[in-house]
Amino acid sequence: MAKKTFMVEVNRKTCKACGICIAFCPVSVFTTDHDDKAVVDKPERCTGCRQCELLCPDYCIRVEENSNG
Amino acid sequence: MGEVKLLQGNEACVFGALAAGVRFFAGYPITPSTEIANIFARELPKIGGKFMQMEDEIASIGAVIGASCTGMKAITATSGPGFSLMQENIGFAAEAEIPCVIINVMRFGPSTGLPTHPSQADFMQSRWGTHGDHPVIVIAPYTAREAYRETGRAVNFSEKYRVPVIILMDEILGHLRERVEFKEEDIVKEVNRKGPEAGVPFFPYEHTDDWIPPFANFGSGYRCHITGLIHDRTGFPTNNPEIVDQVMRRMNGKIDKHIDEICRISTVDVEDAEIVIVAFGSVARSAAEVVRIMRSMGKKIGLIRPVTLWPFPDREIKKAAEGKKAIIVPEMNLGQMVREVIRTIEGETPVHPLNRIDGELITPRDIIDFIEEME
Amino acid sequence: MGAIHEKYLRMDKLPHIWCPGCGNGIIMSSFIRAIEKLGYEKDEVAAVSGIGCSGRITGYMDFNTLHTTHGRALVFATGIKMANPGLKVFVFMGDGDAAAIGGNHLIHSCRRNIDITAIIFNNHIYGMTGGQFSPTTFRNKYATTAPYGTTDPDFDLVNLCIGAGASYVARSTSYHAKMLTDLFVAGALHKGFAVIEVITHCPVNFGRRNEFDTPADMLRWQKDHAVRTAKADMVPMEEMEGKFVIGELIKKEKPEYVEEYDRLIETVRKGDAHRE
Repeated sequence: MAKKTFMVEVNRKTCKACGICIAFCPVSVFTTDHDDKAVVDKPERCTGCRQCELLCPDYCIRVEENSNG
Repeated sequence: MGEVKLLQGNEACVFGALAAGVRFFAGYPITPSTEIANIFARELPKIGGKFMQMEDEIASIGAVIGASCTGMKAITATSGPGFSLMQENIGFAAEAEIPCVIINVMRFGPSTGLPTHPSQADFMQSRWGTHGDHPVIVIAPYTAREAYRETGRAVNFSEKYRVPVIILMDEILGHLRERVEFKEEDIVKEVNRKGPEAGVPFFPYEHTDDWIPPFANFGSGYRCHITGLIHDRTGFPTNNPEIVDQVMRRMNGKIDKHIDEICRISTVDVEDAEIVIVAFGSVARSAAEVVRIMRSMGKKIGLIRPVTLWPFPDREIKKAAEGKKAIIVPEMNLGQMVREVIRTIEGETPVHPLNRIDGELITPRDIIDFIEEME
Repeated sequence: MGAIHEKYLRMDKLPHIWCPGCGNGIIMSSFIRAIEKLGYEKDEVAAVSGIGCSGRITGYMDFNTLHTTHGRALVFATGIKMANPGLKVFVFMGDGDAAAIGGNHLIHSCRRNIDITAIIFNNHIYGMTGGQFSPTTFRNKYATTAPYGTTDPDFDLVNLCIGAGASYVARSTSYHAKMLTDLFVAGALHKGFAVIEVITHCPVNFGRRNEFDTPADMLRWQKDHAVRTAKADMVPMEEMEGKFVIGELIKKEKPEYVEEYDRLIETVRKGDAHRE
């Protein structure tokens, strides 16, 4: 069975640059841009724990399992 | 009708409220209004209504407003100190336009004052007790019979105009027991708040033609937002100056727009009177007696009794006072309604205050002596 | 933004007013997940809030919502539940609402045991007014009204509610977002008054004055200081110093207020009631 992969999206418009997703992602999927907003840097690392989605106070993050497994 | 009963003023309020469809009471014990809570506790469960004794008066008015949000007609009763505590939430009901009725059986203040003695010193507080410009209706009965009918009218006004309505009683009226003969005009007809209209886009604070927005009860499928923040027609907060100005003018103006239906005064022998007494509540009972006694002595005395205290019946009083020699305003306070009378009459007739602040009723003798001395 | 947000939030009211990293947004997310799990219709939910940052939550959620006066959300909610017991009533309060100005309503709601779920956002500070200490601010913390550190002792809301006779009390944190959802569900299903204290964080008005550089630092503090109920008994007393227990802390059966009153109505109407 192929390893599950995930699509991670950050809505830049609603992100308030709090840094919570970056701090709590166990596999460092995110980095920051010039405004300190979260940017998806290494989506291939995502394990689908959804900690970022759960803890985002502004509902900017969407994690979806890729169906092409 | 034609039914005869021995009724206490406080008791009459309860039956008037029930006749108008009140099914929820929340209150806190306080003299001299407590009988109202006692009787609601006894009567409400009999008809499937709910009675709650809360932890304080703030909780009482809060629960009343909450119950009203679901469409249930709700009322509370209190006296001076409790009325003071309720003020913030009365302002909430005014701003969020949630129907509710508050009975304030006035006792002597300030503070704990004289708990078992009458007073009329909450006349101004009943109108201006909460902060900010706000609408409110205040009604003052003067007999047990009228306490019944006017409490019914208060409930109906609160539903119809989405406004807190205050019944201003006093200790004497609350506690006296008298024979009441109910007549045709005492029948309380139920009035229900206007709901959303099917097929029309619904805005919970719409500026309708009658200035009274329709009310969607909680659970009726509209999922409104109700807040004490200034809100636009959708119910959500706004600080847009133009909209704030509009909604404040509508909310406050809706009472004046219907003033003809809301204002009610009663007069006795005013037409040919040279001296007119303006009085409300239990003092008006003494004043009516003065008119009877002095008329029998050939003196031309009349009485104007505002039943609706707020909005103050300016027009009616101005008209009734025209061309009179003098106006006398007896009150159990240091002079509150007299300011409104002077404002209304605009200097056309001399106005004389008669005040008692010793915790006792202004008697017919007090008024007669005052008139004789004045002449 | 997930489908769940689109289903339960008033999307045109977002973004919310809360500061970057504020715990309130996390709690709101956990709450709507609980509603989804419970399967409640939006029309049958009534959400009532007080005043302060937490009070704004009702404006964002697509239920029957009532944003009341400071500290009084519980009594408005009590009136709603009594008048229409079919509604699922949730109350949202801050620590100012619940522990200070509305403390009396909190203890009496615990005593009364009316079927309402009360959620307390305890961020240990008055956020909206600019960071004054509250009755839950720990000692020796800094606030705009405690520039030299607080001398006031703090309330333990869980013990306060248990002492007042609450039949369901739980606590968790904004870090434990999944657990929050589970506790909200359990609280809603509990027949009676359920209190869930959420230890949350105010990065701007508490954190900055009290050596938390980022919102994430505050969430880490929650993670490090929360001890789950299952473990709490095994942890030596001295190690619990400065820590707090999360999970269900009391759950017991007690007559529910509306049901009791309905029973009274039935008795009175049958003419069976005993009167003095």
